[in-house]
Order: sequence, then structure tokens, then C-alpha cells
Amino acid sequence: MSKEAEFFRVDTPLRQEWMAVLAKARPEDLEEAWRSLREKPKYHLLRPHETGLVMVRARAGGTGMQFNLGEMTVTRCTVQVDGGAPGTAYVMGQNRRHAELAALFDALLQDPSRHSSLMESVIRPIKNSIRDRKAMIAKKAASTRVEFFTMVRGD
Amino acid sequence: MYVAVKGGEKAILNAHELLAEKRRGDLSVPELTVEQIENQLPLAVNRVMTEGSLYDPELAALAIKQASGDLIEAIFLLRAFRTTLTRLGVSLPIDTSQMTLWRRISATFKDLPGGQILGPTYDYTHRLLDFSLISDSGDRENDRVREITSTPLKEAVPRVLDLLNREGLIETAASEDKRNVGDLTLHPLQIPTNRDLRLQNLARGDEGFLLGLAYSTQRGFGYNHPFVGEIRFGEVAVEINPEELGFLIEIGEITVTECQMINQFKGSATQPPCFTRGYGLTFGHCERKAMAMALLDRSLRCHELGETVDSPAQDEEFVLMHNDNVQASGFVEHLKLPHYVDFQAELTLVRNLRSGVQQEKAEEEGK
Repeated sequence: MSKEAEFFRVDTPLRQEWMAVLAKARPEDLEEAWRSLREKPKYHLLRPHETGLVMVRARAGGTGMQFNLGEMTVTRCTVQVDGGAPGTAYVMGQNRRHAELAALFDALLQDPSRHSSLMESVIRPIKNSIRDRKAMIAKKAASTRVEFFTMVRGD
Repeated sequence: MYVAVKGGEKAILNAHELLAEKRRGDLSVPELTVEQIENQLPLAVNRVMTEGSLYDPELAALAIKQASGDLIEAIFLLRAFRTTLTRLGVSLPIDTSQMTLWRRISATFKDLPGGQILGPTYDYTHRLLDFSLISDSGDRENDRVREITSTPLKEAVPRVLDLLNREGLIETAASEDKRNVGDLTLHPLQIPTNRDLRLQNLARGDEGFLLGLAYSTQRGFGYNHPFVGEIRFGEVAVEINPEELGFLIEIGEITVTECQMINQFKGSATQPPCFTRGYGLTFGHCERKAMAMALLDRSLRCHELGETVDSPAQDEEFVLMHNDNVQASGFVEHLKLPHYVDFQAELTLVRNLRSGVQQEKAEEEGK
């Protein structure tokens, strides 16, 4: 089996998971992860960075008819790592470097020789910090939970 | 009608330089950064994103800075910027039941599962000016909330109306995905319209205009007896399905505010009495806007529900065609532009009419 074929055995749900983490990561964390990468691969941009729009859809009443709420800025990028799989990223906002780094790590995570160590050193810590932030919101919001008591009227 | 004029380049250039000078203000005061606006004026940023119809807090903050805090001008700037970008795709409908909640309240169900979560709110404040804010608060820590509970909220808190409608007294919002979803940014609005286009239009509409119209329904112009079923605000994931990948990916999370209004409905020939619903949804935390939107979504369903139509808030054309503050300010403010030729013509006309009247009068007196 050729080396290229190996890359395509990547489990889609797993790739969706790391792509979501990379999209939600802080760009500076990805920059740091890239800096501390020992063997940086050569790569070129297969599809250069592009900032565009995604129309955000919603549903009337939360579950009903679809409608267009409004657009959001999104930046995408596809990189080709030498001797590896192409990596793609779509990240919200206009940070080109974020899109490039997310695409790079998407490519590297499809490389069986790098996959496990990157999941451990890059994806896991970012995933944890996303989880911690959500936990903090949940705690702060819960501290404003209120019990209203209905007063019995005097009349 | 205004006509093209020539000249004035230097004056216009200088006027814009003067504007920049006024915007910067006293040079001994540090310049406001876009980051500061994004972080410390989030409700202004949210309004600009919602009515600018573009979710990008950094750009909205930049627009506010550039517009010297004129939010309608900032909304205009954002709408103009948007036209320079291509559309890369359309998201899946966001799922607000999976929201990471900052706030979630109901005015109709006291004991809702998950509880009433006040979150960061101006409700219950005393509306007294806080003079301590005049000087630097000295806050260097981010955790002001006291007695943080050890039992956080559950990850997903179901929407109240989905949960508390066991008797079926409230209409359900059924999903119908058969037809194409209308899009105002691709095709201009045509009256009569459908609920999807109305919701898109209301979501972009001016908060002040929608608020006033929503208030008019409460004062009796198209009254429909509303209750707040639920208001929630928090973060939801946005997913797209890029063609080249062939599977769904999450591209980030956006903050939205959702309002579910419940309204009395006395029934019709085909429907027994029940509660109907109005829906409001905005980018960011725009609660007043979401509530006004929900009231108007409901009042504009008058035809569908067979109600008497006799008020401005029920008139689709009146509500939908006048709520866009970019369009409205464009037409109102164009009156400032040179109308010299037009006015000259009017002047001549009025002079002629007057001299005609005077001549007749003189002739009558001479008889």
C-alpha cells in the first residue's frame, strides 16, 4: 500500500473532533505548538488563505422553519505538507495565521507517525482549556440561579 | 431629487481631517483601542453585529471606533464591508438547546428544570449612576462572583417550551425543510412574504424601531397578550459542510440571545384555543431586541392565524420595509445632499403660483 493511501484511513469522527479543537483554539496556543515542534515539515499552500462569509442559519422557535440569521466572517486555508496529506481549516474570524496553523496541524494529525504524539501534546491541552472555560461559565452562571417565591396576596 | 455637483474636493478632504481630529479628541487622553471597545463595550459591539448582520466582534469594534460611537454609522460600515467578501457557505441551523448558557430565565414557569439563571444582567439593578466607575476600578482579578456554587449547570439545558408543553397547549414549532430558505441578501424583499424572510429582516432591523412597534402592540395596537416563555443567552457551535471535505466541521462558537414569547390565541374555525409563539434571535447579547423581535414575529403572523389586521405592527409592509436603519438613514439623510436644481424648480413654481393668485386678486378688486 502506498504511503498516501494510509492517510485516508483517518477516522472521520476523530478528524472532526481535532478540526473543531483547532478551530476553537487560541491562535497563540497554535503558534506556540508550532514553535515547539521539533521536526517542522516543509509545506506549501494548496489553497491560499481566504476570508469570506458563512451565512448562519437558525430555526423559528428553535425547532421550526429554517431562516437566515446573519453572516459571520470565516477564514479558510488548505496546505500541502511534503510527502503528506493535505490539511484543511475553516476558522471563524479573519486570522489568516490561525487558519494556516489549523490546516497544518490537520495535515500532520493525519500522519500516522505523528498522530498520537500530536493528539497528546497539542489537541489534548487545548481541548482541556476549552472544557475548563466552559466549566467556569457553567459555575459562574449557576451562582446566579434564583428561586422566586410567589407572595400570597393579602386580599 | 439631488443632482451631481463638482468641486469642493479640498473642503471635503479637510472636513474628513477635521472629523478625524474630533474623533481622536484631546491628545492628552490615551487613545481608545479596538480591543478595549470589543472587551468593555460588548453590548454596543453586539448591537452593531446584529444589525450589521455580520458576526465579527473585532470588526464591529473597529466600526464603532471609526464612527465615533455612532452605532448606526458603524452598522453601515459593517454592511458595506460585508459586500466585499464572498460567501463560502451556509451553516447548519444552530441548535440553541445545546447552548453553553450565561443566562436563562422564564417569566411563565417558576420552577423550570435547570432553574432560573440570571447571568450578567442589568435587571434588578437600581439604575443609579455608579460614580466609582469614574476612576479606574483597580480590578485586576477576573473572578468577582462570590460564593461560586460547586454544582455547575448541566452541559445542555433543554428549551423551556420544548420541556413544559406536555398538555400540548402551546403550538409546537415543527420543522419543515421542504422549501428553499429565503435570503434578503440575495433577493430584495417582496411583499407579501414568508416567516423565514420576516425573521431574517427583523433580526437585522433597527432595535429602536422594533422596540417602539413592539411597545405599540402592548398599548393596544394589535394586542396579543404576550408572556416570556424563555430568554436565554450563551454560546452555540456553528457547523458547516464544506464540499471538498464531505463531512461536517465545527468552525467556532458564536454568542446569541434567544427569546421565546408565548401569546394567547382565542382559536379559529380550524384551531381550538391555544398559546401561539413568537420568536426572537440575535447575535451577541441583545435581549431587548430579541424580545421586540419575538413580539413582532407574532404580530405579523396575524394573516396565518386569521386575526383582524388593523394596526401598524401587523402590517407586513409597514414593519418590514421601514425597520432597516441603513436604508432608512440613507433615504432620510440624502436630503442633506445638494438639491439646488430641484429646489430652484420648486421656487419658480411657487413664484408663478403666487403671482397668478395675486393677479387674480388684483383683477377682482379692479372690477
